Amino acid sequence: MDGIIRLQIWQLAAAYLFVLLLVAIVRGRGIPREREIVIATLRMTLQLILTGYLLIFLFANRHPFFTLLAVVVMQVFAIHNICQRTKVPLSRRLKLIVALSMSLGTLSSTFYFILVVIALVPWYEPRYFIPIAGMLIGNSMTGISLGVNRLAEGMRSQRHLVEAALMLGATPRGATRSIVDHAFDAAILPTINSMVGMGIVFLPGMMTGQILSGVSPVTAIQYQIAIMLGITGSVALTVILFVQLGYQTFFNREQQLEAE
Amino acid sequence: MYTISQILYKDILAIHSLSVPPGRVTCITGESGTGKTTFLKLLNRLISPDRGEIYFNGTPLSEIDPVILRRQAVMLPQVPPMFAGNVRDNLQIGLFFAGKPPAPEEKMHRMLAQLGLKKELEDDPGKFSGGEKQRLALARVLLADPPVMLLDEPSASLDEGTGHAVISRVVATSREAGKTLVMVTHSLAIAREFADYLVTLKPGRPAGIREAAWTV
Repeated sequence: MDGIIRLQIWQLAAAYLFVLLLVAIVRGRGIPREREIVIATLRMTLQLILTGYLLIFLFANRHPFFTLLAVVVMQVFAIHNICQRTKVPLSRRLKLIVALSMSLGTLSSTFYFILVVIALVPWYEPRYFIPIAGMLIGNSMTGISLGVNRLAEGMRSQRHLVEAALMLGATPRGATRSIVDHAFDAAILPTINSMVGMGIVFLPGMMTGQILSGVSPVTAIQYQIAIMLGITGSVALTVILFVQLGYQTFFNREQQLEAE
Repeated sequence: MYTISQILYKDILAIHSLSVPPGRVTCITGESGTGKTTFLKLLNRLISPDRGEIYFNGTPLSEIDPVILRRQAVMLPQVPPMFAGNVRDNLQIGLFFAGKPPAPEEKMHRMLAQLGLKKELEDDPGKFSGGEKQRLALARVLLADPPVMLLDEPSASLDEGTGHAVISRVVATSREAGKTLVMVTHSLAIAREFADYLVTLKPGRPAGIREAAWTV
């Protein structure tokens, strides 16, 4: 016995009772969400099973190429997800900025974290690199999604103010400053809030997972603090890159507002 | 100040040849939809003509940094929006956008008084009437003190008496300082009284393209 309770199939199956409870609630209240709940549950299950086997393969075949390939796949999925989830149509230029900001922000944060904070040797060790990159990319994806929506919505609803500022001689940067600041603030707020509640309101998944798998709570907490700071940095870097480059896509070379 | 040569903007405006002289008052009139606002936006380079060229002091607009041009030739829209903050913030922001230092309180008070706006600097312009907002926006432009002012219907939200007094004040200030004033107005009476030059935009040739008639 290594202290870990290994789940039997029937135990895992028992956990699906929670989903059945949710289905019963929405059906009872006449909320048309059963289909989405079933699809989401199936997708979650299948995706995690596939990821499990993929991680087994990656851990058994430690190579920089495989590690980086896994990160690229996560990155592409995250960028696609951001562009799909926005409530307003995005221009091609803005989508490119999303991709650029996500790639630069998360990769630089990940490499700083891997090389400096935990000084991983070899740097491409998939057992560390992939979950850490995943957490930074996932949280940055959530942050930038909020930033994209706020920026695009702000530029749409406050177009008359931006135009009036340009008429007065404002630079595009000056004319959009308040919209850009609000978009940045909205994007980083969930990360700040999660730091406030961490350890009291909820125990984060990574720390819980480590404790359940037998790691000392002190070690788990050290890692959780470090990763939380890494997430904060990655979200901030990704979002500031996005908003600083993103507002420019609403203007042409003559510093005029692009047609809606 | 401005020389316009063979410009075309979509099917909204076409001008063969036109000059806006420096240091004078030029009024633009014309029916609705004849491209008066479009004309001001072209002079402010908020939009660019599809064809032709506009010259500012002999230099094509396309060769002038748009921000530098807009700081020289400030435009006031017909329905000017209010920026966040109080009256003071709304006055100072024009200077901030133009890259100029903040104005002293006394100058802001004087500017409001000149336009007959009896408001405190701490007041919330969100609660102002349309006419009060228009005068505040006009004060913002006057405070920025640009050599060229492009005003789109600056008396549109004002009653006749107040509108006349405000335009009279703006024109007097402009003449005293030797500024170039280009003003769109639907009122022929105001145009006749204040304009040194009058440009009438008329619905004209094929497919709704407008051409300018030049009157001295």
